Amino acid sequence: MSHHFPVLLVTVPLLSAFVISALSWVKKSFCFPVALLALGTSVYSAVRLLFQVLDQGVVEYHLGGWMPPWGIAYRVDLLNGLVLVVVSSVALVNLFATHKSVQKAFPEKIGTFYTLYVLFVTGLMGITVTGDVFNLYVLLEIASLTAYALIALGQPDRAPLASLNYVFIGTLGACFYLLGIGYLYIMTGSLNMADIATLLPPIYHSKAVLVAFIFCMVGVCIKMAFFPLHMWLPNAYTYAPDAASSLIAPLMTKVMVYVMIRLILSVFLPDFSFQVLHISHALVWLACLAIIMGSLLALAQTNIKRMLTYVLISEIGYMVGGVWLGNRLGMSGAILHILNDAIMTLCLFLAIGNIAYRIQGLDLTHLKGLFRKMPLTMAAFVTAGLSVIGVPPTCGFFSKWYLISGAIQAGHYGFMVALLFSSLVNAILFFRIIEIAYFEPMESHHDANVSKVSLMEAPLTMLVPLLIVAVSLVVVGLYSGDIVTTLIAPVLPKGIG
Amino acid sequence: METVNSIRPFLAVIVSLCAIPLIASARRPNVREMWTFLAAALKFLLVISMLPAVLRGSQFTYTLVEFLPGASISFKVDALGMLFALVASSLWIITSAYSIGYMRGLKEHSQSRYFCFFAVALSATIGVAFSANLLTLYLFYEMLSLATYPLVTHHQDPAARQSGRKYLTYILGTSIGLVLPAMLIVYHLTGSLEFSAGGLLAGHASKGLVALLLILFLFGFAKAAVMPFHSWLPAAMVAPTPVSALLHAVAVVKVGVFSIVRVLTGIFGVAILSNFHLGTVVCYIAAFTIIVGSLVALSQDELKRRLAFSTISQLSYIILGVALLSPKGMTGGIVHIAMHAFGKITLFFCAGAIFVATGKKYVSDMVGIGRRMPVTMAAFFVGALSVIGLPPTGGFFSKWYLVLGTLQAHQQVMLVVLLLSSFLNAAYFLPVVYRAFFCTDEEAMFEKSVKEAPPWCLVPLVLTAVISIFLFFYPDIFFRLAEMAAGM
Repeated sequence: MSHHFPVLLVTVPLLSAFVISALSWVKKSFCFPVALLALGTSVYSAVRLLFQVLDQGVVEYHLGGWMPPWGIAYRVDLLNGLVLVVVSSVALVNLFATHKSVQKAFPEKIGTFYTLYVLFVTGLMGITVTGDVFNLYVLLEIASLTAYALIALGQPDRAPLASLNYVFIGTLGACFYLLGIGYLYIMTGSLNMADIATLLPPIYHSKAVLVAFIFCMVGVCIKMAFFPLHMWLPNAYTYAPDAASSLIAPLMTKVMVYVMIRLILSVFLPDFSFQVLHISHALVWLACLAIIMGSLLALAQTNIKRMLTYVLISEIGYMVGGVWLGNRLGMSGAILHILNDAIMTLCLFLAIGNIAYRIQGLDLTHLKGLFRKMPLTMAAFVTAGLSVIGVPPTCGFFSKWYLISGAIQAGHYGFMVALLFSSLVNAILFFRIIEIAYFEPMESHHDANVSKVSLMEAPLTMLVPLLIVAVSLVVVGLYSGDIVTTLIAPVLPKGIG
Repeated sequence: METVNSIRPFLAVIVSLCAIPLIASARRPNVREMWTFLAAALKFLLVISMLPAVLRGSQFTYTLVEFLPGASISFKVDALGMLFALVASSLWIITSAYSIGYMRGLKEHSQSRYFCFFAVALSATIGVAFSANLLTLYLFYEMLSLATYPLVTHHQDPAARQSGRKYLTYILGTSIGLVLPAMLIVYHLTGSLEFSAGGLLAGHASKGLVALLLILFLFGFAKAAVMPFHSWLPAAMVAPTPVSALLHAVAVVKVGVFSIVRVLTGIFGVAILSNFHLGTVVCYIAAFTIIVGSLVALSQDELKRRLAFSTISQLSYIILGVALLSPKGMTGGIVHIAMHAFGKITLFFCAGAIFVATGKKYVSDMVGIGRRMPVTMAAFFVGALSVIGLPPTGGFFSKWYLVLGTLQAHQQVMLVVLLLSSFLNAAYFLPVVYRAFFCTDEEAMFEKSVKEAPPWCLVPLVLTAVISIFLFFYPDIFFRLAEMAAGM
């Protein structure tokens, strides 16, 4: 069975979607356990698969026994092995943590929600595991379509429009990508990534390949909300149901960054991306712009969920910039940040979910006295905030370390300044929240027993996963050295300096 | 030199963190304070247990995790770190006692939170003292910044909010904006962040780059309150007085100075600084802070603010001493970490005791206070003598060595600065004492009913005053450590 792990990752959630959908007609409470079981299997397969890759090197799986380049091949190396573990575990933790809030938010649509949930995860797992550029497109659409639907389940007055906006722009992005691989197919006659990679080098200077590359990148950039192609993201993630935004926000954009890295490393190859094309320097500057604008726009928000969506946009800039620095340090930082940012974002959005579960409204003014009302949730929120700011020993510090080192090595001081600037702005963002939540009006500060605000912490099923995620921020941080040497460094090709 | 691999440095750091769940969950205040004392005592014992070996010239090392080659989270106990840890951990015990008197005396709210974050702050302080490399130091430096925020803003009123903002803006802004890039540049240039006796940068960087890094570090460690990054310190005086006492006279500000000393000796190295004549630049920056800080202190009417400006000026003594790059000057600067700590904490304790007993904060309201609170004001006098640098207090020796250091380094201007500053110190401290005791009955502002502060407040301040005097007669341990740290 162990050699079927790559396909199990995708098929188990896929089939469970049908089961959940059917069960929801029988009894709604059956849906959650099935989803849990399906995603649990995915996590198990992903972890086993990662160890398998560590032991034996790249794992290939040919769907239906068809040999590539004709059949669809799934190909797992350390890079997507890591991303698979991240995607599946984030999805599982979030599933567990949001169980209560789903019941509260839309009791009549539980079946729909969980069906979409597992389908979305299917899409993301598929995108990550596949070794075929067209298959990637198909799964990208599965993930995107389910994301549109999940978002539309949110606030009745705003979410449908936000989702529609996302549909339009997201479809554009998908079209760009599809056109890109169309060009690739015309030029090489192949859709298999490894095969394309061997066919491309002789025709690197062809304009069609250039167009293919640019179309693919634009498509991916739209999907990951890389500034200035980010316009769909803030509304979509703000108005989505909390249980969905804490799934989509940590994963969707990160998986798209993975796709960008995969296209650069395994399809077009670093030689083409960094040497033949002279766009990397300009793209890093664009990333600087993304980081700075994301931070500044975040500063202008009064709703914390919306604020976080802009922080997310700035984090995308971190990763894209790191990738396009074109050296090992920057690339390591970007890949490490996929992992770290996924955990950070999950932690932040779960905390927001907990707060929203207890408190009406997520404007800054609603957060007064929150440290007393929800001390543990706020502790987790602060930990994630520190990680976003980049305070050691949280993991955010270490990816920033690699990214800034990469910037210094590449001599791109603009990127360094942008990262530091964003750290400072993030510090303002989070301490603004901390300040509001911490300071509370009190009649006397010289009375040891005054405490009018009562404890109203979120239920344990929401709290425990959040705390686990918060602790993992520090644990991952402490082990980032090992993560980089064992998981990330072997992935990077010798070609980049 | 013998190097011992031992977990003890890590334990010394972690022990107060481990006490936090106990402190937070204790139901009765007395039990809670017992845990604080237990942690403080354990910490002190752990530090002391390493002292004999350090005095013999050994070092203790412990690596927690290796993050990158040359950049791990690891601990090292050497003479300099030992000196600082000794001061901080011993004063934590005394301050804990004082905190009980002060916080209960004023019926402050959220005392559990207060004691918890105090414990975190001490962990961070010892962490900085025992850091083996810049990354570890940075980690604990940031931890200290964050842990002290709830202490500074303890009152949770608008004034605390303003000060808290200022505090974080200065401290976090500089550490992220200046120290972090400087640290990464150093790592990029040398491939290591380990503090080493001769420095790391020699042969790796041009004069311009070294100067840039020096500026980044000197101002980046804003806890040292080198002007113009000093104004968080007077603002932070809104904190309860025990916080001001331990953190803003001993732990936080000394962590800033300690970090600068570490970087100057362990990252730059004495050789490169004197070859490029950069020590002198630092001297002048420090001298400016010394004089201006003292002048501003003259004009402050609020006692704690006056003490804060005095601290700003005294911190730069330490930087000046080390930047002289002469053995005597370095010894003097490093010993001043200890001597100033005991003197200044006494002064803060006194200010707090006066506040607990009378509610008065302003010097102009304290005429005749010495008649009602003679013990407190006597201790204040001793503390003032120590900070001015007069016998029979420990402060005399550190200043003596600083003066010798200026002569040894042929920096006559700095000699003048030191002497001038001593006059200014006397000018802003002695009138307080004078007016406390010498006044007619009509002038005295206090009723007969005003008494000394409760014993929990009084005993600690007497104790630190006595230690200040004791250090005049037996300064050997600190001098031995400082001389080892200065490489004599």
